[in-house]
Amino acid sequence: MKKIMYREAIASALAEEMRRDEKVFVMGEDVAITGGVFKATKGLLDEFGPARVRNTPLSEWAIAGVATGAAMCGARPVAEIMHVDFIGCCFDIILNQMSKMCYKTNGKVNVPIVLRTQGGRGRSNGCTQSQSLEALFTQVPGLKVVMPSTPYDAKGLLKTAIRDNNPVVFIEHKGLYQTKGEVPEQEYTIPLGKADIKRYGKDVTIISYSKSVLVALDAAKELEAKGIDVEVLDLRSLVPLDWDAITESVTKTGRVIICHEAAERGGYGAEIAAQIADKLFDELDAPVVRVCGANIPVPNATLPEIESAPTVKKLVDAAMRICKGGARNG
Amino acid sequence: MDYKQLGLTKQELVEMYRMMRLIRVFEENAIAYFKQGIVIGNMHMYIGEEAVATGVCKALTKEDYIASNHRCDGHLIAKGADINAMMAELMGKENGICGGRAGKMHQSAPEVGLLSANGIVGASQTLGTGHALYCSLFAPGRVSVAFFGDGGSNQGAFHESMNMAAVWKLPVIFVCENNHYAISTNVNTATAMGSFYQRAAAYGVPGVRVNGNNAIEVYAAAKQAVERARRGEGPSFIECDTYRLRGHHEGDEQTYRTREEIDEVIKNNDCINNMKKLLVAEFGWSEEEDAAMIKSIEDQVAAAVQFGIEGEPMKVEDMESNLYAE
Ligand SMILES: Cc1ncc(C[n+]2csc(CCOP(=O)(O)OP(=O)(O)O)c2C)c(N)n1
Repeated sequence: MKKIMYREAIASALAEEMRRDEKVFVMGEDVAITGGVFKATKGLLDEFGPARVRNTPLSEWAIAGVATGAAMCGARPVAEIMHVDFIGCCFDIILNQMSKMCYKTNGKVNVPIVLRTQGGRGRSNGCTQSQSLEALFTQVPGLKVVMPSTPYDAKGLLKTAIRDNNPVVFIEHKGLYQTKGEVPEQEYTIPLGKADIKRYGKDVTIISYSKSVLVALDAAKELEAKGIDVEVLDLRSLVPLDWDAITESVTKTGRVIICHEAAERGGYGAEIAAQIADKLFDELDAPVVRVCGANIPVPNATLPEIESAPTVKKLVDAAMRICKGGARNG
Repeated sequence: MDYKQLGLTKQELVEMYRMMRLIRVFEENAIAYFKQGIVIGNMHMYIGEEAVATGVCKALTKEDYIASNHRCDGHLIAKGADINAMMAELMGKENGICGGRAGKMHQSAPEVGLLSANGIVGASQTLGTGHALYCSLFAPGRVSVAFFGDGGSNQGAFHESMNMAAVWKLPVIFVCENNHYAISTNVNTATAMGSFYQRAAAYGVPGVRVNGNNAIEVYAAAKQAVERARRGEGPSFIECDTYRLRGHHEGDEQTYRTREEIDEVIKNNDCINNMKKLLVAEFGWSEEEDAAMIKSIEDQVAAAVQFGIEGEPMKVEDMESNLYAE
């Protein structure tokens, strides 16, 4: 199978969906001539022209709000917010408009929009361009929240998100755009709300998503050498959440680490931990632990930037700690 | 332009007059039932401003879109929404326009092009611009109107929407209902110019200010703006100088203005009287005709109240439905 980059997977999903449905269009800052600052809309302008690849003024409130207004009429915009950190400039549209429209109108008006954005650290962009803010969105009823970790997932999930009749916040990771992975030539989609086991194991489950999945896979390799067999469960979409996959994995391993780059306090990991404590308490052989971002703004300098996020070492230490009692019997 | 130059017939003028009266009687009833605890919620009345919605919507077709704000009754009724379902909505009933879950500020009537009223001041401007983007891409010839107040004109959304609409030549008409107050804040203390239409020039958009209590003046401006939008020439801005005759919401003590100020408008520039005077002067509109019209409106609204009262309250068991579309 052909290997392509994550950003190419995004661009090819957009192109395929725009070819399939004329109501699909793209709008955002610098999405046209340059193909976006991360090149994830590269090539679209040439094929679809400026009416459907709409370069906007620097104007987040209008990007989100105008796209929402168009979606309310039946358009299927993919609106881009360059950095998730800029969401503060248009948060009303997410918090009160796109998310509540279907509910408050009793299903009469829905908003089939994809809000594409990206977050995460790793490029020394500092505290206003490195955040992981997914918990702001998972807290808002009416949104779906998707965070792919591989090119394959990014393409299949974005195509599904565009076809979804609800607002989907699709959060990419700036540290993933250049990563490569196998993506089939023939068309495929991936349903929202289906997690994916990126590595099978029997001793401990690392529940993760987005770039932290790659950290978890590296940690799993090290732990293998230490005799600990790690399962890496990639949620892929946070809302809807694949609770069945979590149940199955946790029932098998009895040990859970939740890993995300976002600040630990009040993060989505806290929600997963609470649900596990509530519904799977009897399956646990050790406390649920979190390896997450520090509760500080993301520092710019290289080492603090790295160390304020999950690392292989932190995951290995956590796994060693909760596996002290040895692997599960039976 | 007077009504003759606009080509308005007697029948059309009578219809506009009736529309303003219908909005007013609807709201007077809503207030009466609010006082009894049957209508619930935060009651922002449109009374005094009826000429704006009436004049603007007269220039639109059913297929055109409008985006509304919290003071939405007039916009809904003038666009043709079902007043029975509206009244039921104000009562939190299942047969309400949104099944009881929207309430006064969040009503929706997509069947007549009003997709959503809004509890967020400023939202109608970006959403209305978005409706216009839809029209420009997928439904050429259709237009969109965004209604907002003097308060809403000081939100950042004003700038972002006007700018994007202008640069993309979107078929949107920005209708600023300057009723002089945002809750207690007088417009002269909130914007140094005291008015808004001058701002339009900065975006390359034609902007006018009209007597918003004169439905014909409003219609004339709206007609011109709508025609321009339909021709694909882009947005327009209309500032309607109007006045709300009730408090910001029912129960507002209105310590920020005097009774005399309100009475002055009622006496000299009430939109309903303005139209009635014209009908009397030009067409000999009689008190008998007037009384008959008022009676028919009262009956119509009484039926809406009855419809609401007979409806079932929204059920707790249904409160989780329609969070997502299929
Ligand atoms: C974003 C936002 N800020 C504040 C409010 C509270 N609020 C509701 S109506 C209103 C005044 C709005 O004034 P204006 O836009 O002139 O409309 P009017 O009420 O005069 O019709 C305020 C401050 C709100 N609903 N939304």
